[in-house]
This record gives sequence, structure tokens and C-alpha cells, in this order.
Amino acid sequence: MAAEAPEVGLFATCLVDSMRPSVGFAAAALLERAGCRVHVPRNQACCGQPAFNAGDRAGAASIARQAVAAFEGFDYTVAPSGSCAAMLRRHFPALLADDPGWSARAQALAAKSWELVSFLVDIRGMTETGARFDGSAAWHDACSGLRELGVRDQPRRLLASVRGLTVKVLPNAETCCGFGGTFCVKYPEISDAMATEKAREIAESGADVVLAGDLGCLLNIAGKLSRIGSTIRARHVAEVLAGTCDGPAIGAPRKRG
Amino acid sequence: MEATSARFPANARAALGDADLRASLARLQREYRRDRAAVAARLPEFDALRDAAAAIKDHALDHLAFYLERFEERVIAQGGQVHWCRDGTEACEAVLAICRAEGATAVGKGKSMISEEIGLNAFLERNGIAPVETDLGEYIVQQRGEAPSHIVMPAIHLNVKQIADGFRAAHGALDPARALDGPDALLAEARTRLRDKFLSAEIGITGANFLVAETGSVVLVTNEGNGDLTHTLPRIHIALASIEKAVPTIDDAMALVRVLARSATAQEITSYTSLVTGPARAGDADGPRAFHVVLLDGGRSRLLGSERRAILRCIRCGACQSQCPVYGHVGGHAYGWVYAGPVGAVLTPALLGVPAAKHLPAASTFCGRCEEVCPVRIPLPALMRSWREEAFARRAGSATERALLKLWGAAVRRPALWRALVGPVSYVLAFCARRSGVYRALPLAGGWTGARDMPAPEGGSFVAAWARARKADAP
Amino acid sequence: MTGARDAILAAIRDARGDAVPTAPAPRSPLPARAQGTPEALVARFVEMALLAGATVSRAAGADGVPGAVAEYLSRGGLGGAVVLSPDPAVAGLDWDRAPRLTVHRGAGRDEMASAAATVTGAVCGVAETGTLMVCAGGPVANALHLLPEAHIAVLRASDIVGGYEAARARLGAELPRAVTFITGPSRTADIEKTPQIGVHGPRRLHIVLVDGA
Repeated sequence: MAAEAPEVGLFATCLVDSMRPSVGFAAAALLERAGCRVHVPRNQACCGQPAFNAGDRAGAASIARQAVAAFEGFDYTVAPSGSCAAMLRRHFPALLADDPGWSARAQALAAKSWELVSFLVDIRGMTETGARFDGSAAWHDACSGLRELGVRDQPRRLLASVRGLTVKVLPNAETCCGFGGTFCVKYPEISDAMATEKAREIAESGADVVLAGDLGCLLNIAGKLSRIGSTIRARHVAEVLAGTCDGPAIGAPRKRG
Repeated sequence: MEATSARFPANARAALGDADLRASLARLQREYRRDRAAVAARLPEFDALRDAAAAIKDHALDHLAFYLERFEERVIAQGGQVHWCRDGTEACEAVLAICRAEGATAVGKGKSMISEEIGLNAFLERNGIAPVETDLGEYIVQQRGEAPSHIVMPAIHLNVKQIADGFRAAHGALDPARALDGPDALLAEARTRLRDKFLSAEIGITGANFLVAETGSVVLVTNEGNGDLTHTLPRIHIALASIEKAVPTIDDAMALVRVLARSATAQEITSYTSLVTGPARAGDADGPRAFHVVLLDGGRSRLLGSERRAILRCIRCGACQSQCPVYGHVGGHAYGWVYAGPVGAVLTPALLGVPAAKHLPAASTFCGRCEEVCPVRIPLPALMRSWREEAFARRAGSATERALLKLWGAAVRRPALWRALVGPVSYVLAFCARRSGVYRALPLAGGWTGARDMPAPEGGSFVAAWARARKADAP
Repeated sequence: MTGARDAILAAIRDARGDAVPTAPAPRSPLPARAQGTPEALVARFVEMALLAGATVSRAAGADGVPGAVAEYLSRGGLGGAVVLSPDPAVAGLDWDRAPRLTVHRGAGRDEMASAAATVTGAVCGVAETGTLMVCAGGPVANALHLLPEAHIAVLRASDIVGGYEAARARLGAELPRAVTFITGPSRTADIEKTPQIGVHGPRRLHIVLVDGA
């Protein structure tokens, strides 16, 4: 039985690593619950999105090589982020297409790289995670996961299985929150217009918490909700699915004593 | 048209402060999303048709010279003329020469993005010819001295009051106290004013949605009927088209028509789809006695040979504009030239150059909604990214940004160093904000904290914490 | 100007756009709605034409057309006169069967522009979107389809085809100057995205569908 447990390399992502390790632990717990053996290779830091989207192809390619080398030994690579998983799955092969030493390796890695929730549902066949959450949650579709990887039904299905959880449907769940990596600081007024609309819609939903699969979106949304004085909390979907919501939500104060 | 694309950030800021504009844009996006979903749902083959449309366009581009030459042959065989123009100046001169040869000054115009690109109206006006826009949206913006803000709905950035104000100012001979309080009143006034223009125009200038090689036909797709009146009533018809409009056959054109209106206006098909072939034949009761096609290269052949060839598939439906969240907040004029939104972000750098247009492909989150709705599957975010690569290679962006990116790259390529930096910094930030959970202001992060709080990190690196908690894997 | 032509074609060649095609463009699939039995296609044509804002009435045979036209005019408060297309399929009908209808033949542009209604033929109807394909040429002016307040098109049910390709096939290799696919009346959404009918072309499109002709 144990011999069948796939070896999964957990691609933490730079935001989870630096801002919210609890998401990494939640992701690992879910993967273990799905019967995987989880590894967190130390030679990882970033998928290279910032360089890639800034037009620094060479810089992105060198980060990509490092990531390929660090993760290609596992049966699967899983990231708790649609945008990072899309780098591995969709963009690494193109970035390294002209590099004869790396092109095939990048393609091989891409074929076994997955966003977390879609991995749990589509590859591991999970239909529920055994979690409980008393309250309501609004779901935001992070753009990369949705449009580059087709992550749409899987989180909805798993959230529907969480006991006690009411999912509030946002009318514009699929609309961009305005993060867009460096976009939010390069064109801050436009980003703010988008974030404001998203935050208003979440506030109107009356949900207790907003969930998404990408920490970039969540930091942006949480930051906006906080600025407009909303008490709605933000968490990564992995936290709710893994039942690890004891710690503070994103941008929430630490509980005293 | 003078381009202000280089001032996109300032344009955008101004647009964001315009409440009327934002209300108009919000209406466009909300209603377009709803309507397109409905019309797409009515045609189960829509996705397959989009794939086919992309394939037809790619085929046409692969054989563009062949199809353009066949098209020209057929036009000449019908008694028409084709004028090849390398750039906007040659195209404007060609149109003027035709008008002068006819001794004609009354010109009616159907909608043509090419005419915007080459600044035809201003050029003709400088030469004593005053073209009247007959497309209602174009007429509205012409009265206000504005450029169109959307490929398909030129006046979509305006509300009824703004349009009425424009009409009152422009139609000075009419009773200023007349009621212009709703779309019906505005439409009635425009219909009457423009009917006279149609009936008296000596020259009709239209665009062309497609150029059909098989028959030498120009395909015109309209809802109003103005394109049809423009190519039927005057004695001369001039069709303006850029070279990538050529398609092989009528059937190919109709395959593109099947996805065009569905994407542009969420209709099954527009009210009028017209195949115009040559001048009137001997014995025809109406129709122009001369037919001219003005073919513009205007940078298309260069695009054809570039890695951004896919943008030439564009059939000018404007769906990307209607869906883009950035366009939806700042509107078309902010982009500063003829083409706005995602298509503008890809075309403008090609036609105006990277220095003038670099903001357009940069001002995108790559959310991908444009590509999702494009009827010819143009990979718009990837093409925008390719312009960012060009700008980066030319060092066209900010030096600070380059330096920060370099530092970032150096850190993440050395994960142990990355963790050594991240660990302590995140612990400090976590500690200092433990009571509030957020930072309302942070040095160097003004771009973020200007409008939103910055959530405090939890503290520490996940990878390091995992290694501590479990046996670390060898790197 | 040949300089420009040569330069552009040379530039296209340099850009790898000059291959001679060895096959036509890839085929686009024919939607299911453009297929079906003749009865199904007639029903779909009517359904889609109505959705597009046209009105439809039926006439039993060519002899029923004048009466159907007269009825449409009176129901629509359009007065009692129509301008007829010189198309024999229209001009040659027995208009005496609608004695209260005044028909004008040989109308010039001004008359068409001020007409309450014109009556024209249609080469065929396209079921997939309830579209008429009309042609202008010879004595039939294109303005007949464009200038009046109401355009009445006489279409034989047996001339309804499934998709645009089948309609095109009726035209042959040489096209007349103006072939127009007409779907519903003239419209716009340029003012606040409000759908409005009757911009420059006709405000009304009425189709008299002739059965058994």
C-alpha cells in the first residue's frame, strides 16, 4: 500500500514561503490525507513569474532551470497557487524550448505539475477532505488558475463537502481582483479600482470569509477589505479544506494569550 | 490622430476620476458579459467555430500575397481599381486623388478603423472636403470632436445627456429647446440629419470587414444600414482596408461572420452583411459607377514576419475591449490612439513603436479574459508579454524596476540566501504588527499601501520551518 | 503606385506570407441549427427571423401574396401604397387581388426614400439565423431594400436553406454588385447600449413566406 503512495514535491511558492507558512502546512496535510508522501526540497524559492511577466525571459529561464532540477525527481509537483502552477505547467516548456539540455526535462516536469486543489480532485480523486468550518465563505477565482489551468469546478466541489460551510456565490467571482503581480504597484490607481470592486462585492455577499487559491490575490483582497474597514477575513482555500483555521486569518491580528 | 499613448498613466488617472465615464463603462461590461454568455449558449458549436475561424485566418495569412493578388485580379475584372498604399500618407493621398478626379466634395463615410489610423477625416478637411460619419456612434463622437473609444461601439463611453449636449451644439439650426431626453429622440434626430447626407453624398467611403479573393468582393458587416447606403447611393465607392483582411472565399468570410457578431455585440448576426463586388454593371438601377479599394500595409507586413503574427487574425469584434477589466475602468481614450484594450496593447506598439506605446502592454494583469472571448483565439496576454520582453531588452522600463528585479532574481536563485533574508525580515514585520495584523503604511511600499493595507507575514520561512519539523530533503 | 504594390508584395514574401496554397482553407463546421428537414428548416427560419425582430406572415401560393401584403400594411398602420420591385417574382404577381392596395412601379430614389413600404423578392432564406439573402442588379435597385420605412420581402418556403454556404451556392461564380444578408430591421446599440430599431435602414422588416409555391 505504502509503495503506491506517490512522492509529491511541494512547490511552496515565494508568497507562501515568506508570508504565510501555514498554507504550506495545510497543503502538505491535504496531500498526506490524499495518500501522498510530501517532500519540500530546499532548493526552491520562486517560479520566476516576476521576471517572466516583466519581460526578462533570460532571468525567468534561469529560475526555471533551477526549479526543474529541484522538482523533476518526484512523481508530481504540486503548488498551492494557480499562477505558479501555470508557470511550471504552461510556461516552463516554452521558456526552455530552445535549450536542448533542458527542453525535454521542462516538458516532463510540466506534465506532472499541478495546482493543489485540482490535483486533489482530478488526480487523487478526493471528494471530501473531512474538514469542518462553521460559517460562510465567498469564493474568488484566481485568474491564472481559472483560465490557464481550468481550475473552476474542483474547489467548488471540495468546498461543498466541508461540513458546516455555506458558500456564498459572488456574481463576479471570475473577475480579476487587480493584483496582477507588479501591476498593482505599477498602475496602482487602476489596480485599486479593480480591488475596490472586488472588495465591495465580497462585503455585499455577507460572507464571513473570502477564499481563493492564490496568495497574491488574497493579500490584495485582504489588504483592501482591511482598508475599507470590513471585518470579513481572508484565508487560502487549503486552510479551510485542511481544517487548519485556528491561526489568524490573512491580515488578522494575532489572538492574545 | 495624435497619439497620447505615452501618457497612459495620466490618461488613466483622469478617466478613473470621471464618474460618468465609469458608469458608462460599467454598463458596457455588465451587459456585454451577460449578453455574450446568452448568445454563446445558444450555439453549441461556438468554440469549434472559433477554432475554425482562427485556422481560416492563419491560412489566409500564410498565403496572403496569393490571396491579395487574386482579389485584385477579380476587382479589376469587374471594372474596379485597387490602390496599394505602404502607409497612411499614401492611403490618404489615394483617397484625395479619387475625390479630386471626380470633382467631388460631398463624402459620406461608413465606419472604418483604418480611416482613424490614417487620420483620413482631418486630411480631407485640410483639403477642402468634409466627410460626414454615418455610423451613429461615429457621428456622435464626430460631433463632439472626439475619437471613437471602442472598435464596435464608438460612443459607448457617453451617456444620453452627453450625446444630447453634443447634438445641441452641432445642430445649431434646430430649436435649442427641443426635447432630446432619451435614446429615441436622439436617434430620430440623427436619422433625419443623416438621411440627407446619404442622399446627397457623391462619394461613399466604407471600411471592409473582409476582402474575398475568390470574387473580388468586399464584405461589410453593419447593423444600421449606413454601410449599405454608403456603398449604394453615391456615384463612387471607396473601400478602405488593411492587407490582412484578405480571405480566400465567400464561405470562409461567412465562417468568420458566424463568430463576429456573436463576439462583437452578442447578436446571432448583424442586420446587414453585404457582399459588394465592383461598380454597378451596365443596366444596374443603382450603385456607384466606380469602385476603388484602397489597400493599406501600414506595418502589417512587418507584423506578418514577426513573432506577433497572430494579432493579424483580429476581425475587429471588440470583444476583448468589452471584457477587459482595465479597459472597463479607464475606457478607450486612455489608451491614447485608435485601438484600445488588449488589441490596442498589442497593435499600438507595432504601429507606433515601443517607446510611445510601452505602457499599453504593461498595464495588464494578464487575467486572460480577452483571450477567453477572442473569436479567433489570439493569445493576447502572450503577445502583450512579448512586447514587455522587447521593452525589457531595450531597457525601456524604469531603471529602479530593473535593479529590483535583478536583486530579486539573485536572491531567489540562491534559496538559502533567500531564506536567510526572508526569515528575519518576516519575523520583525510579524512582531511589529502583531496587534493590528496589517501595515497601513510601509516604507518603499507606497504603491501598495496607498490604497490598501499590507497584511503582516506570519513570520519565518515555510521551507525552513518544514525542514526543522521533518527531516530535510537533500537539495 | 506600382512601386507601392511591388514593395508591399515583396514585404509579404519576406514575411513568409507568399506560399501558394495547395489546399483551401480548413473547413468550418456547419452548425446543427443549419441542418434539418425542409420542414424543420422552415420552422427554424421563422423562429430565428422573429427573434431578430422581423415579422412573418404566410401566404398560400403566389396568389396569396398581395393579400398578405395588404393585410400587413393595414395592421401596421402603414397606409395603402407600396413600391414594387421590378423583380418579376414580385412585379408579376396578381396585384389586382388586393384592390385597395396602390402599387407603384418604376419608382425612383426619392419615391423609395419616402415610401411607407417596398416589396421585393429574396433569393433565399437562411434558417440558421432567420436571414434573407437579397440581390440587387439589373432593374432591381439595392435602395429598395434600404430606403423605405418598411421592407416587405416575399420569400418562398421552398427557397429556405440551412446555412450561409447553401445560400452562397445559389449565387454561382459571378456575383451581382450587391448581395445582402438581411436579418431583422436596421438597429443600433450605440446610445448607452440601449437596443434601438430603425437607424438608417428600414425600421421594419416583414417577410411574407409563401407556402406551396
